[in-house]
Order: sequence, then C-alpha cells, then structure tokens
Amino acid sequence: MELLVGTNKGLCVLRGERGEPMELAARRFEGLVCEYAMRDPRTGTYYASVTHGQYGPHLYFADDPLGEWEEGQGPAFPEDADSTVQRTWVIQPGEAEGQLFAGVAPAALFESRDAGRSWELNRALWDQPTRPEWPPGAGGLCLHSVATWPGDPDRIAIGISAVGVWLTEDGGKSWRNSSGGLVPRYNPEEQWGSFLGKCVHNVHRSPVQPDTMYLQFHGGVYRSDDAGESWIDIGTDTALPSDFGFPMVVDPRDPDRAFVIPLTADLDRVTPEGKVRVYETRDRGASWNALTNGLPQEDSFLTILRQAFCHDGGDPLGLYFGAESGEVFGSADGGATWTVVAEHLPPVTSVRPGA
Amino acid sequence: MAVVTLRSPLRQLADGRSEVEVPGATLGDVLRGLQELHPRLTGWVLDERGAIREHVNVFVNGERGDVTVPVAERDRVQIIQNISGG
Repeated sequence: MELLVGTNKGLCVLRGERGEPMELAARRFEGLVCEYAMRDPRTGTYYASVTHGQYGPHLYFADDPLGEWEEGQGPAFPEDADSTVQRTWVIQPGEAEGQLFAGVAPAALFESRDAGRSWELNRALWDQPTRPEWPPGAGGLCLHSVATWPGDPDRIAIGISAVGVWLTEDGGKSWRNSSGGLVPRYNPEEQWGSFLGKCVHNVHRSPVQPDTMYLQFHGGVYRSDDAGESWIDIGTDTALPSDFGFPMVVDPRDPDRAFVIPLTADLDRVTPEGKVRVYETRDRGASWNALTNGLPQEDSFLTILRQAFCHDGGDPLGLYFGAESGEVFGSADGGATWTVVAEHLPPVTSVRPGA
Repeated sequence: MAVVTLRSPLRQLADGRSEVEVPGATLGDVLRGLQELHPRLTGWVLDERGAIREHVNVFVNGERGDVTVPVAERDRVQIIQNISGG
C-alpha cells in the first residue's frame, strides 16, 4: 500500500501494509507546499501540485514518485484572461483517454488531453458573466472538486468555494449553476436564493450510481439524488456533532455509504470536544454513526483539510486521513478500527492512494 | 547583453548556470529572453501576464525594477526571492 501525502513542506510518500504504520519511502519537493498529489490509476502516472512561496505554482508528473519529477506546461491562463494561477487545488482523471482536469484558484477549470503535459483553460466557465462578482471562501476563490460521470465525458459537476456547484452536460462547452437546496446560514436570509457566497467544501459522486452525490458545505451536509440538480440536507438533527467540515468520502461500491469528519464550526475548525471522529452513514444520510476505535478521544483538536481524506478502493474499504498537526490515520476495515500510520509530518494538505 | 545572476532554485532550472547573458532593451525583454534560453524557467519569474511575480524581486545594478526598466550592455540583473512566507 502506498499513500501520497501532500504537506506544507513537501510530498511524503508512505509505504506499508494496509491499516498498519507506514514507512516514509521518500520526501520530495522539500520545503514547498504540495497542495495535492495523486496517481492516475489508468496510466500509473503520478501528479503533484506544488506551490513555491515566491516562484508560484507548478505541476509535476512522474512514473515513479521516488524518481525524477518532470514539470508540465501549466496550468496557466492565456494572456487575454488577465489572471494568474495562484495554486492548483485538485487533479482529476477525466473519462476520455489522456484527459485530466485541474481545478485552480482563482476559480477555473483546466483540461489536459495529453496526460498533464499541457493544459487548456475551460473558457465557458471562465467567461461566465457573473464571474467578476464571485466571492472567495477563506481559502480563496478555488475550484476544488471535479466529479466526473463514469463512462460519460460530457457530464461533469464541479464545486467552487464560494459559488456553489456547477454542472455541464456537454463536456464543458456550457455550464449552469445548480446550488438549489444549499443553505448558506452564515449569510442573511435574503441571500439564500443566490449562488453567490455558497461555500461548497467538497463534492463527490457515487461511481456506481452517478445520480447520487454527496456534498460537505460550509455548515451543512447534503446529498443529491438527481445528479446535482437539487440538494437535500442530511446533516441537520442527526447524530453529527457538527455539520461543518471539509472532506468527504463516498464508498465506491455502495452509493448509500459516505463518511465525513466534522469540525466544531467555522470559527473553531478543530475536531469537536477534543475527539477525533469519522462519521459514517449507510443509509444515504438518514443516520450517522461515529467511528472512533483507535482514534484519539481526549484533548485532541485536529484540523483535517478538504483533500486530506480518501479511500483506497479496497474491499473492505481502506480509509485514510491526515491532519494539519501532522498525523495520518488509516483503517483497513472501513473505519471499524484505526491506526496512526504516520506522525510528526508537516501540516497535511492532501491524502490520496498511490500504487 | 545583460548578465543575469541566478540563485537556487532558478539555477537548477538553467542547467546549473549561475550567470546567463541575455539580450534585451528592457528588463521585461531580458526576463522573457531568459525563458527562451532556458524554457524550464517559464512561469517561475514572470507569471502568465508577463509580470514579475509578487514575491520575486529583480534588481538592475542593485536597483529594484519592473519590466519597463531599461537595461544596457553589461548591466547586472539579479533575481532574488522575497523574504516572505514560512
């Protein structure tokens, strides 16, 4: 088992047995922020989004994460866009051959057709007439989630903080906002009908039932049964100690099963009551169950960022998440038991499975 | 030609060279010319708008300049990252 752990001070490649402490096989991009790293399972190519504090964002790829990394061309805005990429938040394989997407800040979607060697701006989204009014979230105006539709390259959903969910049914030639049902309680009620300010934190689609989607909001957990057309509150009046948080995981084989890691609130972004708890639903959000076995349950105030929680696709499902305090936790049994797989790492920005 | 001095990590992207001679009448010309000579530097000093990145300082003969500053034969151009970040 291999884990790619992006941190504020480089990429950490962990290797070991599922659900057991792992060894640091390599650290790359030392001293630089590795926002996100992933392996494309179709090709085995590794990708890393790295931001230099002075020299800007760069995207690298490699056949071996312990070997040489090569820098791609972009993502970078064309000259007439009059903007500059600040960071790349997510890299997502598309459904077409060689296709990759990159979500960046300021909010824009880039597409590569040559497996990440070069990137092209999606103009239809960038040229949205409302874009000058788009407000940023606390982490900036960022496109952080790209939910493709298995087998259909035309249907994509994206999440942007803080302008909600956008859908395309024509492969990105046109986009429409689809944030109905998402309630930004932090804004005046008069603003709830507008998508402006809807701070989506993470969006996922069930690969086996693509109409089913899950969303962690800036205060709110939601499900969609109609491919993101509308959103249903599945966080209020449940066992969740808070409906604030950043990452989500959806079981790749079970559309009824999803996981969140609640944080106390937007003004106190740590695990509630000093307990680190992953919450699982097996009934589409009707009920939630705390998974705590092996996780710190006393005086533990961790922050888990939006890209720092993943599954490994295994059966039973492996789950992994990392904290800003440098721990990485893992479970080889769907969250029933947890182990500290690594600790004392720099602040963790992302966790994704490798080979 | 101006003489551009490079430090790490830019030096590694310029085949390990700490000095590169680059033609150009303005600092912008020189920095674009530097990218053409060493394409791996593309996007590191100038952003996609052609501006010097916010946290990068470029000096001509010891004076900080922007892309419009004139550059003369044998002028010294130093590219230095800002003392910022953590």
